[in-house]
Amino acid sequence: MSDVKANVNKKSDAEKTSLGKGICDTFFNGLIKENPTFVLMLGMCPTLAVTTSAINGLGMGLTTTVVLALSNVIISMLRNVIPDKVRIPAFIVIIASFVTIVGQFLQAYLPSLNDSLGMFIPLIVVNCIILGRAESFASKNGVILSAFDGLGMGLGFSVALTLIGMVREMIGAHKIFGVSFVRLAEMLSMPETVTGWLEAQSPIAIFVMAPGAFFVLAVLTALQNVMKNKKTAKGEKTKIQSGCSHDCMNCGESGCSHRFYDPNGKNGAVGKEDK
Amino acid sequence: MSDVKRNVSSNPHIRGNDSTAKIMLTVVIALLPAAGYGVWHFGLRALMHILVTVATCVIAEGLFCVATKKKNTVKDFSAVVTGLLLAMNLPVSAPWWIGVLGGLFAIIIVKMLFGGLGQNFMNPALGARCFLLISFPKLMTDFSYDGFSGATPLAELKNGNAVDLRAMVTGNIAGTIGETSMIAIVIGGCILIMAGVIDLYVTGTYLIAFTAFILCFGGHGMDLQFLSAHLAGGGLMLGAFFMATDYVTRPVTKKGQIIYGIFVGVLTGIFRLFSPAAEGVSYAIIFGNLLVPIIEKFTIPKCFGKGGEAR
Repeated sequence: MSDVKANVNKKSDAEKTSLGKGICDTFFNGLIKENPTFVLMLGMCPTLAVTTSAINGLGMGLTTTVVLALSNVIISMLRNVIPDKVRIPAFIVIIASFVTIVGQFLQAYLPSLNDSLGMFIPLIVVNCIILGRAESFASKNGVILSAFDGLGMGLGFSVALTLIGMVREMIGAHKIFGVSFVRLAEMLSMPETVTGWLEAQSPIAIFVMAPGAFFVLAVLTALQNVMKNKKTAKGEKTKIQSGCSHDCMNCGESGCSHRFYDPNGKNGAVGKEDK
Repeated sequence: MSDVKRNVSSNPHIRGNDSTAKIMLTVVIALLPAAGYGVWHFGLRALMHILVTVATCVIAEGLFCVATKKKNTVKDFSAVVTGLLLAMNLPVSAPWWIGVLGGLFAIIIVKMLFGGLGQNFMNPALGARCFLLISFPKLMTDFSYDGFSGATPLAELKNGNAVDLRAMVTGNIAGTIGETSMIAIVIGGCILIMAGVIDLYVTGTYLIAFTAFILCFGGHGMDLQFLSAHLAGGGLMLGAFFMATDYVTRPVTKKGQIIYGIFVGVLTGIFRLFSPAAEGVSYAIIFGNLLVPIIEKFTIPKCFGKGGEAR
């Protein structure tokens, strides 16, 4: 773990030189390039379970964003105080405190969302995005960067969950953000025939059940991979940095098992894709 | 020793005449009696369902191969078999787009996305049927035809009512397009067995295990009337002869096939007797399909020269 310390020093040097660019990079890294749902495949449990509608997905995503950003800030502040050996329990205490606070806020001010998310609010504590960012980013980087990493990752998660929820809701219940297609057609004052036709259609109910979550997640991830492959073909770098500062060859951590990196690749393409 | 050089090709040196297309064509022929009976019994609407579903499957497979720049596999007739089996699993009163949706799901999601014929982890037709059954429970269990609307014999049996056994054997009952006539399906099954396409390892153990289960847990003791109604009713025969025996999704070894047949038979019995729905053949076979990799892991034969005691 000595190299983590060295790492911290190096990072803080880098911070001083171009903080603005770093913030921007970190923020969009979480939102698009390293999207926790479609690229890192983290936090699958809430992703599959609560995205039965776009509102639920958005609510879950934003709740997680708040917890993620706040816990990243606190953990980053305490990163030199927390001893390495007990860092995981320490992280969890911090995360759990924020989850409790946010959960009680939801109960007080958004009871309907709280009811539909139910058990998954307290379960944010064990969401691996939050622990993952704490472990791989906040515990090694400065407060401001960590805050933006939390925001970027959280918003990336929210966007992904909302997208999945939207598709599932549209196909599985013929609704969009809780408004049914029939109602929408009426609001847009479409002719009677259109509303009548819409009313007669039966939605594909499997999409709001568990299998539908897998279908939609798989298709959206595939679309995202298509875009990424096109970028790689153009020669743009698509290497994911996932919070660690240098390449896999010199990395002491065994958690990722080179899943996202190609230590020998020429343009740093993702390891999974080379033949 | 002469100096003539001879090319020696690698084994196998003797090949059979079977090809995928030939086997699939035999299955199509074997399905024709049941399909024909379905059209005769339910009218031209059944023919429409069959044509729509088969056409969807074939076109979907062709287009998928073109779109992904893969070798076109339409000619092996497997899409025709999938479409025909799926159509035979639809109720005749369903709207026409049910076949289109089911065909697309069967071919693109269950079969082609996993790598095409030979790679699909579950029977495409059954996967699509379950997809439709979960998505449109009302449309898929509406077995009314010719103005006659009533429960299927299996549902009657579940409610403890009497059923007409003779009608169930000939097929003059409500049900999906291809499952009603036990005679037509068994004729098709015999064609398959005589052509050597299937053997009785899966079908036989499936039916025996199901019979044993019904006798033990059916609550009617040795009542043969009840047993035969269960054997003749619903999709059991269609499943046992045409779906559980699918080459891709059954185990390869004989031992594995026996285990698989028993498992599917018992599961069908459990679903039919103890679940709220009257029919459970499709779910049972799909569960069996998912278990096949594990069954094969434990029944894989030892290679010659391996696995003995070390000396």
